[in-house]
Amino acid sequence: MAEPDDRVLHLAGIRKSYGSGEVESEILHGIDLTLRRGEFAALIGPSGSGKSTLLNLIGLLDRPTNGQLHIDGEDSGQLDDTGLTRLRGQRIGFVFQHHHLIPAFTAEENVAMPLLVARGRPDAEMFARAGRLLDQVGLADRKQHLANRLSGGQQQRVAIARALVTNPSLVLADEPTGNLDTHSADDVFALLRDFNRRQHTTFLIVTHDPRLAARCDRIVELVDGRIVADRPPPAARDTAG
Amino acid sequence: MQSLLIIVGVGVGVAVIVFMSALLSGLQANLIKRTLSSQAHITLLPPEEIARPQQATDATALRLQKQAQRLRAIDQWQTLRDRLETWPEIAAVSPLAAGPAFAVRGEANKAITVVGIEPERYNRVISLAERLTAGQLRLGAGEVVIGIELARDLGAEVGDKLRLSTADGRSDTLTVTGLFDLGNKGVNARNVYVGLRAAQSLLDLVGGVSSIDLALHDLDLAEQLARRIAGETGLTADSWIKTNAQFVTALTSQRVSSNVIRFFIALSVAFGIASVLVVSVIQRGKEIGILRAMGATQAQMRRIFLLQGGIVGFFGSLLGSALAWSFLMLWQLLARNPDGTPMFVIGVEPGLVALAAGGASLVGILSALLPARRAAQLDPVVAIRG
Repeated sequence: MAEPDDRVLHLAGIRKSYGSGEVESEILHGIDLTLRRGEFAALIGPSGSGKSTLLNLIGLLDRPTNGQLHIDGEDSGQLDDTGLTRLRGQRIGFVFQHHHLIPAFTAEENVAMPLLVARGRPDAEMFARAGRLLDQVGLADRKQHLANRLSGGQQQRVAIARALVTNPSLVLADEPTGNLDTHSADDVFALLRDFNRRQHTTFLIVTHDPRLAARCDRIVELVDGRIVADRPPPAARDTAG
Repeated sequence: MQSLLIIVGVGVGVAVIVFMSALLSGLQANLIKRTLSSQAHITLLPPEEIARPQQATDATALRLQKQAQRLRAIDQWQTLRDRLETWPEIAAVSPLAAGPAFAVRGEANKAITVVGIEPERYNRVISLAERLTAGQLRLGAGEVVIGIELARDLGAEVGDKLRLSTADGRSDTLTVTGLFDLGNKGVNARNVYVGLRAAQSLLDLVGGVSSIDLALHDLDLAEQLARRIAGETGLTADSWIKTNAQFVTALTSQRVSSNVIRFFIALSVAFGIASVLVVSVIQRGKEIGILRAMGATQAQMRRIFLLQGGIVGFFGSLLGSALAWSFLMLWQLLARNPDGTPMFVIGVEPGLVALAAGGASLVGILSALLPARRAAQLDPVVAIRG
């Protein structure tokens, strides 16, 4: 398990600051973090601790001011914007707090969207794959529904299917259950965990919910731009999920 | 919804442009047709006679008196006629012998122009046969066709006798076989058509012709061709463009002003498309951010909006062409001559529609350039959070 090759994410000395000169303010003060294949980690911390900034950097939506960031062994510092876009499209899946589905399209079309973006034109295979994923998230009978006709929990499940359709190495989830009632939240969380177990996809989940964090393999705690704790959940013996 | 509104907007713009273009070209074609109904496209005349001093030295002071132009024949006109007929640009060649005379009937006496023609050839230059209001175009020996104005002045009808006489005393008595209306009062009062031979003997031009009328396939080439013929034959060649200079200038300035209007309509349509797309980029910020997070490149985002602009332009132009077509049908229904026939025939040419569709699509794409750039440069982090 500990071979260097199974490092999906590797951060070394990541710093991020905004502004310049006198008004420069550093948000992240040197982050070192490694996620291995199949890990299911929670990222917790108070508001303003830099969680979202860190997630954007890992998601290659933003560039660090300093430090190194490797995704699947590829050094993001060496890539131009097009290279980052390609790496993001191939290796990373996003689940947002707000599902951000495109309302004018059906569930199936929304799920197939990342493949369409990558391949440039629609084909039957991508819809077949989207259909299978919708089966897996329990929406077999909702494939042709327009995205805005689904309930909040259903929309978030579509979003998860969409994040997984490209078979990414790493799924980044920003408060994926933040907008859902407890019951739906549990369902969605179980779904993520299920994909993690079956396909060994690595997950990094930002959450405020200690109950959910406790059900992850690992909890990374960020305070004021620094990692202050990185440990298994306190109740690791309770393998909920 | 927005796209629908702007498609209607583009449609109205395109409709106005297509309608205006069709109306204008119909109007101009009609005006030209009327103008040329009694005129040849090019008229060839003998070269002007110039007074040449017998001696020209610096020592003698000369005062040249301009010479009056006699009625003369064109040299070798048969050869010239046959040669011109082989030119591909020329549709018809009609030699004629024309000169001044008087028409006398009873007490009435009118100054006229005797025009001796070969009816079949002449008819291909000026469609006289179609313009007859009575009788037929028959110009055998002793036969004449006159205009309705002259007929009224002389009180003559088909079958009546008419005497033509010239200033130097030649005269001939002819029978009226037809009355014409060429749509021009002057021509209707002045032109008297007789056979070429009759005119030649009346005007003392035995065997000769005084001018050659030409009809062309392409009206716009008249001036160019006239210059070429003048250069090759040494004759004076007057094109309809030159003889109607003011009229042609009026047509041109009409065309220019309509182009200016068209340009500004296109401009306002372009701004309309651009503003709708800018709003749509702002509204869809989140979706754009998500697509970017999924791995959509800036180029892909740009393409989406350029495509949208093009589609709006294209469908707008289809709608516009349909609108223009119905306007034109309505126009033809309403704008009628007193006798109930359409004032002039205008139609939407497929070429014009294709041009409008292509042009509007292009305008759509061009006006999408700026919004598309904006969409491409949207920061996904900001877009998703906002």
